[in-house]
Amino acid sequence: MSSITGRSELDAAPSGDLAGSTSRRGDRIFAGLSVGSGAIVVALIAAVAVFLLARAIPSLTDNSANFLTDRVWNPGGSPPQFGIPDLLWVTVISSIVAMVISVPVSVGVALFLTQYAPPRLARPFAAAIDLLAAVPSIVYGLWGAYIVLNYLNSIQSAIGRVFGWIPLFHNDQAIPNSIFAGSVILAVMILPIVTALSREVFTQTPAAHKEAALALGATRWEVIRTAVLPFGRPGVISASMLGLGRALGETIAVLFIINTVPTFSWSIFSGGETFASRIARDAGEFDTPQKTGAYIAAGLVLFVLTFAVNAIARVVIERRKDFRE
Amino acid sequence: MSTVASKVPSTRPTPPAGDAIGQVSRSRVLADRSATVLMYGAFLLALVPLVWILWTVLGKGLSLVLDSQWWTNSQAGVSPRRAGGGAYHAIVGTILTAAVTALMAVPIAVFTAIYLVEYGRGRFARTVSFMVDILTGIPSIVAALFIYAVWVGMLGAQRVAFSVSLALALLMIPVVVRSTEEMLKLVPNELREASYALGVPKWKTIVRIVLPTAASGIATGILLGLARVMGETAPLIILAPYTAFINTNMFSGNMAALPTLVFTNFGSNIPAQNDRMWAAALTLIVLVLLLNLAGRFVARFSAVRR
Repeated sequence: MSSITGRSELDAAPSGDLAGSTSRRGDRIFAGLSVGSGAIVVALIAAVAVFLLARAIPSLTDNSANFLTDRVWNPGGSPPQFGIPDLLWVTVISSIVAMVISVPVSVGVALFLTQYAPPRLARPFAAAIDLLAAVPSIVYGLWGAYIVLNYLNSIQSAIGRVFGWIPLFHNDQAIPNSIFAGSVILAVMILPIVTALSREVFTQTPAAHKEAALALGATRWEVIRTAVLPFGRPGVISASMLGLGRALGETIAVLFIINTVPTFSWSIFSGGETFASRIARDAGEFDTPQKTGAYIAAGLVLFVLTFAVNAIARVVIERRKDFRE
Repeated sequence: MSTVASKVPSTRPTPPAGDAIGQVSRSRVLADRSATVLMYGAFLLALVPLVWILWTVLGKGLSLVLDSQWWTNSQAGVSPRRAGGGAYHAIVGTILTAAVTALMAVPIAVFTAIYLVEYGRGRFARTVSFMVDILTGIPSIVAALFIYAVWVGMLGAQRVAFSVSLALALLMIPVVVRSTEEMLKLVPNELREASYALGVPKWKTIVRIVLPTAASGIATGILLGLARVMGETAPLIILAPYTAFINTNMFSGNMAALPTLVFTNFGSNIPAQNDRMWAAALTLIVLVLLLNLAGRFVARFSAVRR
């Protein structure tokens, strides 16, 4: 587009005040600034990885426990011992449960906004859902910890009564401030993200697909099932992954809601700590490089996890673009 | 689509002649009705948290926020267990930190967006675009740990408000890049080409033609970015210890912020602390929602017109 016409031979011609004689130099400086800013963004991500790695490696080599498999966390001891399996489990399971709760509702909301809501009201309705994304996570944390918790206990014990034979839903060590409670709040937090992206792909459904379905006598639901959902599937998957990434890294709401427990349990009705909440809870203990390094190592794992999830989201949506063109 | 077509003859009772169109089998009607109910239900369900949160925070925080002391006093000299004092120190800290963050993040973000739309071709542009996506998804606590590793670990500096701004800038850049990029893409190519045809160099075309046309979108991006970083708590916990005193120096001493004011008062059952916590949460939510609404307002009423 602009590259063809942008290289005008007349650039240097002194025609009025817009085209000054310094134009070529101006172009070079401006292009340099733009490319430089792009390079800064790339360098920042690289720097995050490099710096976290550089601070984590000394602690990891001093670690006398196995970082990936041992259930201990005593980075200040001598010798220091720390491992992440519990953190990894709680981080992943709380986020996945949040996703399982959130994605169906989000897709429903997105379908409502794009296919059902009266066009005049669709915009304000969508804006209201978007406002959920603007609520700071610390407010979600307060709301969850002081208000919502009181209502979840009965749901929790009901699920436990029926599905208690599955280790994931054991009721033995059930506490009100459980991973499940955290997941419910996380589900609310990622709902606007998943909704916004799903909405975007649903609106892009080619009208021809929908009209073809209608012409065959499909009902509104059949149009959605045969035209809108198949077209939007990659977008919904990508949106869910982005929501998952957000849930994995959420700190303060999780810190406020999920309590620590003395003994590890596979049940989501027990408590625990995620990477982020452990780091935030112990932020006051960053006194020696050795100890800090242990937390930074945990942060590095979280970074790798979210990087992977976001990269997958991106690849899924990119592939759809290729397909469409 | 074949599924619909194949279903029709099997489920439909023999249609009366001349009325083939308009007769839909009961099971299909039922499926359609229940889907409609589910969609409406999902939307109403999604509205519940928004109303509930606003209701809760308003109900618990409003009385203290309406007290004029809240907006003018700090917590200096106020015992945490007693009522009194205000949030002035935290409000000032939050706004100052956000402003410094914007000063660092906005130029980088706008130039990155210009690069992606006006210059970027080929593999490097794809890399930049990919990295912006990754930056969007970076957890705030990881950004904070990174700045901690650089600022405290490598430079040996103290934890001050400026280090928080650095971490927040990392989180703000992708928000502004994406919304600026969207707007720049909407600027009609005819405008650029008309400018080039007059012999205007590319950079002046961007500065004088493209950016002003997209200005409202960029402003929206900045406001939304500010709204996001103001509510972030994790970087503050790692990088900015709370203080009850007013501090406006970004480079020395502790500086309070609204999220840390909430955080220090969390988990207590002393009424004074509880009230303070909810009032700080309300102040924060009002600040963030105002910025957010302002951003949307700007976007709505001065969007680029094709």
